[in-house]
Amino acid sequence: MRNVILFIRRYFTFFTFLFLQVASLWFLYSFNKFHQAQFLQSANELTGQVNSRYKKVENFFALGDENRRVHTLNDSLINLLPQQFAQVDTARQLVRDTVPTDTLNRYRRYYFRPAAVVYNSTSGEKNYIQIDRGSLHGITENMSVLNSDGAAVGVVVNVSPRFAQVMSLLHVRQKVNVALKKSGDFGTMEWDGADPGLLLVKGLPKSVAVKVGDSVVTSRYSFNFPPGYPVGTVAAIISDPGTNFFLLKVRPAARFYNLQYVFVVENLQYSEQAQLDEQSRRRIEDPKRNPR
Amino acid sequence: MSELIRNSIRFVLFLAFEIYVLNRVPHLHRFISPSLYFLFILWLPFSVSPRWLLSIAFVTGLTLDYFTQSPGLHAAACVLIAYVRPFLISVLTPRDSSDFNYREPSPQSLLWAPYFIYVLILTLLYHGWLVLLEWMSFGSFGDFLIKLIASTAISLLLIFTVELLFPRSMRFRTNVGG
Repeated sequence: MRNVILFIRRYFTFFTFLFLQVASLWFLYSFNKFHQAQFLQSANELTGQVNSRYKKVENFFALGDENRRVHTLNDSLINLLPQQFAQVDTARQLVRDTVPTDTLNRYRRYYFRPAAVVYNSTSGEKNYIQIDRGSLHGITENMSVLNSDGAAVGVVVNVSPRFAQVMSLLHVRQKVNVALKKSGDFGTMEWDGADPGLLLVKGLPKSVAVKVGDSVVTSRYSFNFPPGYPVGTVAAIISDPGTNFFLLKVRPAARFYNLQYVFVVENLQYSEQAQLDEQSRRRIEDPKRNPR
Repeated sequence: MSELIRNSIRFVLFLAFEIYVLNRVPHLHRFISPSLYFLFILWLPFSVSPRWLLSIAFVTGLTLDYFTQSPGLHAAACVLIAYVRPFLISVLTPRDSSDFNYREPSPQSLLWAPYFIYVLILTLLYHGWLVLLEWMSFGSFGDFLIKLIASTAISLLLIFTVELLFPRSMRFRTNVGG
């Protein structure tokens, strides 16, 4: 007996080695056999926590790609929304040589294209945004630009083959037709070049009940912007005693400081609308040249 | 810095590097699976007793195993090299000098040539055991050899890169005044 104990004590290290080796092999083979390892459940909790922390860091570096993916997906879905279509009046339909309507007699009114912002400024009085889509991608002037959330950002003013320049809402010459979401009353949105956090809405009659916090959206009367997309929320109401209109200060819904991806929205009837508008103005305001 | 803290930090760093870098980089080739973390075991101080060495190695291997969902595989290989390590050190160094004069195995304490042999043998053993255990479930003997040699070569490359990048300067310890 004493000899056995001596023997074990002498080779204790070796026995430890054997024991641990056998333990590892047992772990290994029981895992392979039954697809369940010893302590794997509880170990998974721990490794899972460490891994998820690491993943958080790693995700941070993949945010750009992820944003792009979500943005293009949104684009494909937004184009399917019913509000991008308008109903054709079937009572009196012109016969055309193409088929512009789908089977439900709807024709597309707005078309959304995704784009990435390559340059952006907010510090000046005339701020422009440059996007990486141009005439080669079908961008033309007067298309409106929304950010990823659908909030109004600006209007395309100049196009090169691969890039387009967008006049931001933060531009002193910008004028956008907007409406109160609650009542639909419309006004004109401008910017005075002072505070990039506040836009101005003029031309809203004092008879309209407006409160601080009301949403301002793009109006139905705008040629560029699809209706109902957020522009901002009312931050202050200034009642000018000299006129019959309110002056609203509006906090923009789009965050101009960190624009990454935007939608360029084409109103497919824009040229027709604009042409009609101009023709009628010319006819009315200059009746001599165009006698009625 | 105390030995415990130094080695704990090493443990975390080596395993993190293994799990989040080496296991994630695209494979060079299906035969090559380099690893580096077992250098932690090679770098443990001389003063660690063989039993502790075995336990530490077991825990190290098992931690990696639970991250890679292969319980026991790396633990077995780690325990093997931890068991061989003391013999190898006593063979490669004269008993009376390095063992007590330096803190842990390094090119400085063992000199370059014996240190290279020390690392080579343990890396070969580590990969040998690892690949053998994998081979038992699938593969052929030719695959086994190629895998062993390729993985060992790349691991050695990594180890000596680490040695050159992070030279561990160590004080020569005398028994005069500790």
